[in-house]
Parts: sequence; structure tokens; C-alpha cells
Amino acid sequence: MGAQLRVYKRRIRSVTATKKITKAMEMIAASRVVKAQRKVAASAPYATELTRAVTAVGTGSNTKHPLTTEAETATRSAVLLLTSDRGLAGAFNSNGIKAAEQLTARLEAEGKEVDTYIVGRRGLAHYNFRERKVVESWSGFTDEPTYADAKKVAGPLIEAIEKETADGGVDELHIVYTEFVSMMTQTAIDGRLLPLRLEEVAEEAPKGEILPLYEFEPSAEDVLDALLPRYVESRIYNALLQSAASKHAATRRAMKSATDNAGDLITSLSRLANAARQAEITQEISEIVGGSAALADATAGSDK
Amino acid sequence: MAAELHVELVAADRSVWSGEATLVVARTTSGDIGVMPGHQPLLGVLESGPVTIRTSDGGTVIAAVHGGFISFADNKLSLLAEIAELSDEIDVQRAERALERAKSDVDASAERRADVRLRAVATR
Repeated sequence: MGAQLRVYKRRIRSVTATKKITKAMEMIAASRVVKAQRKVAASAPYATELTRAVTAVGTGSNTKHPLTTEAETATRSAVLLLTSDRGLAGAFNSNGIKAAEQLTARLEAEGKEVDTYIVGRRGLAHYNFRERKVVESWSGFTDEPTYADAKKVAGPLIEAIEKETADGGVDELHIVYTEFVSMMTQTAIDGRLLPLRLEEVAEEAPKGEILPLYEFEPSAEDVLDALLPRYVESRIYNALLQSAASKHAATRRAMKSATDNAGDLITSLSRLANAARQAEITQEISEIVGGSAALADATAGSDK
Repeated sequence: MAAELHVELVAADRSVWSGEATLVVARTTSGDIGVMPGHQPLLGVLESGPVTIRTSDGGTVIAAVHGGFISFADNKLSLLAEIAELSDEIDVQRAERALERAKSDVDASAERRADVRLRAVATR
């Protein structure tokens, strides 16, 4: 076998192995998307009920709470960025990071200081490499987040917002995550979590429903006190789940195109290998023909 | 047919139980509260404790609920809890072990959680 042909054969073998790996990863990601989607759906009843309750307290009483009132001059914001622990997910992480950077730039243009909180090793690595300050970060659960993880993330954030700004607290809390729109579309979005805009919350609740006048047990303030942190946790939990589903969908898509590309590469390499083999054969034939002709000429010459 | 109310018991990551009931007893921060059909709209903070649901077919469902809210309006009652377990889902041995561990670690909240689980099981 010629050297050229051997090189092609070797490359085809290696691409085939890669293709097998990416194909497996694609299938794993596909099954995980389904699982993650199911978790998003399972968390929905709690979120809807909680939203209803928050709306009920927010509209049914005129209590003031630090988590619902806007500071007149917000000077400090916290940005929570959700990324994944592992890559191989196309532009998933870079889109999220880009959205967070745009948000940070916008907030800074408004004259606010920005504290960054990060979930996921990828985002942390990006910020650490650029030596930017990260207040707190979490990782290790982005593939399958649980409610306890959401609580862990929400804890310091709620603490920061409850503190006075002068003591290092923040006035606003923004969250950047990747929304799972569909299997093919995931978009990085940013939203303000706190202070709560009750009108927005009210819009999320089912329309055309007249909220009853609730009796609060023990009191409206206490209920709101207990309710709002849970609301934030549930929103963060939902964002974590969507982010996980989006990550798996992005991985699936990235691995699918990798598999397709590997297939294309194998086709073109086999064509080249075929051409090389054919060229070799042609060359061998012409060598044999040429050789035997020369031999025939030589023997014919010596006979005479 | 006796009056009924619709109960949804949901935990943060799943819906635990839903159905019709005639009486629901839960523990709020200011004491036990019983809700029957036609109760006035109510929104309260739950303590961790067992929740008893008397279903309309005469059965009783008991769940251990750890923190959360009770809200009632339009004959619909929702119990929101971060963690909620039905009494027949609770692993007694595990809860007992957790109780022992919590006692030796002096972890009051873990001890309370394990205690609530065991009490929910004891009444089933």
C-alpha cells in the first residue's frame, strides 16, 4: 500500500472513532434534555401557586417590604450569571457571558456598582482569567440542579439585598440565564428579580381572576417576609432548571453537527483514498505494461 | 354529598398530592388551623409539622411538611412546601437514624425535620 493511501486510511479511522464518541454524547444529551424538561414542568405548580400568593399579598395589602420597594437611587446591583460546569455546548456559555457583560455595562453606565455572582465553572473560569472580581460562585450541580442548590445560591443574594447599601448590601438583583424556548432555540436573557415589580408578577398570574380578600396568618407583613425569599428561591430554581435544559439542548445540537461534520469528512476522505488507490493501480499497470514492453523489445532485439 | 374542597399539596420540585377533601388540618406559626369547605380566604405561614387531610371518601392522608404556606380561596386549598412527604413515602428507619444523628450533632432544625417525619408516620 502506498504512503498516501495509508495516510488517508489512518485519518478515516480516527475520524470514525471521533464520530462514534460525538454520536454517543449527542444521544446522552438528548435523553438529558427530556429529563431536564420534565423537571422544569414538575417545578411549575409550586411556582404558579407561589406567584399567586405573592400577588395576593402584594395587591391585597399595602405592606411595604425591602424586597418590593425600589431604592430611590440604586447605587449597587448584584448580577447572578448562570453558566454550565462543562463545555462542548456550542455557544451556550459564551452567549450567557456576553449577555451578562452587556447587562453589567448597562448598569455601570447608569452609575451603579456591580457585584457579580456566578454559577458554573465555565463562567467562573472566564471571569477569573480576566481577573475580574466575583463575589461568590457555586459549581458542581449545573447538570441536575436540586431545590437545595437553588436555596444555597439564593441565601447570600437575599442576605445582600436585605443589608443596607452602605454596609456592602445591594439595591437590585439581576439574573442572567439561558431560557429554554424549544429544542432548537435557547436564548440568553437577563431579568430583574428584585425589587419585585408587583405589576409584572400580577401579569404572570392567570388573567381575569378576581383575587379574594385574604385573611393573613399571622399578619400580612410576616407572610410577605416569609413569602418573598421563597419566591426568589423558586425563581432561581426555575432559572437553574431552564439553564440545565438549555445546556443539554445546546450540547445535543453541537454534538449533532460534530457527528454530521465527521460523516462529511469521512465521505470526502474515502473519495480521496479511492482516488489515491486508483492512481496507484493505474501507475502499477503502466509500470507493468511499460516494463513488459521494454522486456519484449529487448528479447526481440537479442533474437535477431 | 358533603361539601368538599380541592387540595393541592405541592413541593418545590413536584406535586405531592391533590384531590378532594372535607377537612385539612395544618400547623401555622400561630397554631394549628383546620380548614373546612367555605372557609374565608386565608394565607398563612406553615411551621414544619404534619398535615392531616381528611379525604372526601373517608380516608386520611398525612404528610410531613417542612416550612411553607397554606392558601385557601374559592374552595381551593394549596399547601406549598419546600419539602413535603406523604407518610407512606417516609422511610421510618432512615428518619430514626436522621433523628439520632441530629441529636448527637445538636442540629435543631434537622432534629425537628426528623421528628416531624416520625410523627407523621406514627399517626398513619
